[in-house]
Amino acid sequence: MSFADALNEAGAKPAGKRPYFLEPQVERVLAITMTIAQELAVARQRVDTLERLLVAKGVLADSEIDSFSPSQQEAAERAMWNQEYIARILRIVQQENEAAVAGGDMASGDVGDEIAAQG
Amino acid sequence: MDDSRSNDPAAQYDGPPDYRVVGRHALFPQTSHDEIERINFLAQMNRHLAARVVPGVKAAYDQRVAPRFEAEQGRPIGDRHEARKALLRDPAFQTWSALRRMTMEQRQQAGRWTTIRQRERLAKIADALTNADDRLSLDPALPIPRYVSAVDHHCMPGSYHQQAFEGDVTNGANYDHAGFVTTGGLLGKYSDGGGHAVVKWVKRNLPDFQPRAILEIGGTVGHSSLPLAQAFPDAEMTIADLGAPMLRYGLGRAKSLGVDNIRFVQASGEDLSIFPDQSFDWVQTTMFLHELSTSALRNIFAETRRLLRPGGIVLHVEQPQYAADMPLFEQAMRDWDAFYNNEPFWSRMHEMDLDAAMVAAGFDPDSLIHGGVTGVVDRDLFPDAQEDDTEDYGRKAAWHVIGAMV
Repeated sequence: MSFADALNEAGAKPAGKRPYFLEPQVERVLAITMTIAQELAVARQRVDTLERLLVAKGVLADSEIDSFSPSQQEAAERAMWNQEYIARILRIVQQENEAAVAGGDMASGDVGDEIAAQG
Repeated sequence: MDDSRSNDPAAQYDGPPDYRVVGRHALFPQTSHDEIERINFLAQMNRHLAARVVPGVKAAYDQRVAPRFEAEQGRPIGDRHEARKALLRDPAFQTWSALRRMTMEQRQQAGRWTTIRQRERLAKIADALTNADDRLSLDPALPIPRYVSAVDHHCMPGSYHQQAFEGDVTNGANYDHAGFVTTGGLLGKYSDGGGHAVVKWVKRNLPDFQPRAILEIGGTVGHSSLPLAQAFPDAEMTIADLGAPMLRYGLGRAKSLGVDNIRFVQASGEDLSIFPDQSFDWVQTTMFLHELSTSALRNIFAETRRLLRPGGIVLHVEQPQYAADMPLFEQAMRDWDAFYNNEPFWSRMHEMDLDAAMVAAGFDPDSLIHGGVTGVVDRDLFPDAQEDDTEDYGRKAAWHVIGAMV
């Protein structure tokens, strides 16, 4: 039965030791989080498909979702949603990278101290 | 008015196309709505990492990693390995690396889910297309070399050669249908932008070249080979590969796409003694050399020399070598696949003196060929690598060509 095979084997480990770039606990949680992020994107796209079909036809047939094909314009809109979505989830990566470039950032408390010292 | 300044958001879109524009054929797996959207998401992840995260890694290297190394060691970073090890201590590189690795792992799981759930059905289609067809020649006794068996290249479980049962094409179907995640559509409708690029290069540079027999070594399912067979319909194209699931799938795919002057042979490129000397006018490899070992590369180069007829050519398409003028940061980033994406030979291969290896294999130094090609795709639907200004170190559809004429 292929479903059981897929359930057992889809996530199989490839041969070769897996590298860890972060603390293993952190990387584990991040891996789970990124898969949830992926599945949320999938669910959201499905809703988008449903909405477009419902608006267009008012009736939904069984096979319509799997045979749905967006126009180039629709595909671009949907792809842009993905880009926005990824940028939103990975906000901390962007901000940490911007902080690396910015330099000279001070903590709020230190600014408070400085202002206070100026009297 | 410049489109980039218009108020129509879709006109400003820059990125991978929707997966539904990819070309299908008889053996292409069925994909549900959600399986398609999983691939779209993962392609966008790779795009985001290349376009929006890598610049931050570069800034971190310039402003944190390199100065820290110099402060600690009293000298600048000396080579790409020192650069990579220094990067490993920086959160920007750590986060990018973790996400890049996860995206590849998620792509494999997604592709395997799709193909395993229907592998019996795909095997039946493959059997109907290839059974008793002498254009498929398998050798179940063929030993799989260590450079393929030790780790699964690009985290693809079972690599090119493992099968769940006799007649299985799962790994061919997984490799074919979800490579889009990594390429973002830069290889075009049938993942054949590399082959079309090579054909374009040959027709422009060797206009009188009329090969009768063409061999692609390590041609897997034929992505890069079909354009050669189509461009030279009077020639016979042969693909040699280690992996039975790839070859089985490849012949079914080729026939389904109406390409009949092509055959698939299970053999190691290191020992092609099944073919007599001077059997081919053209021997091709495409993004293949980096998956070998030093000795295998030498053996394969020697075989290409033996197999070529006078007037014949050999062409190898690969990512660029680590030349002295390539910045250490770029070298370290390109080396990522060697250490973290199960491409063990990538690093050493890209520092080899390939010209010397060609000469050692018996090619005349004056006959060596050097060039550059970028993916040729249907630009109405697919992004053009030449116009894409993102850098995805090692994965872009822009390659170097090294070869020779006999």
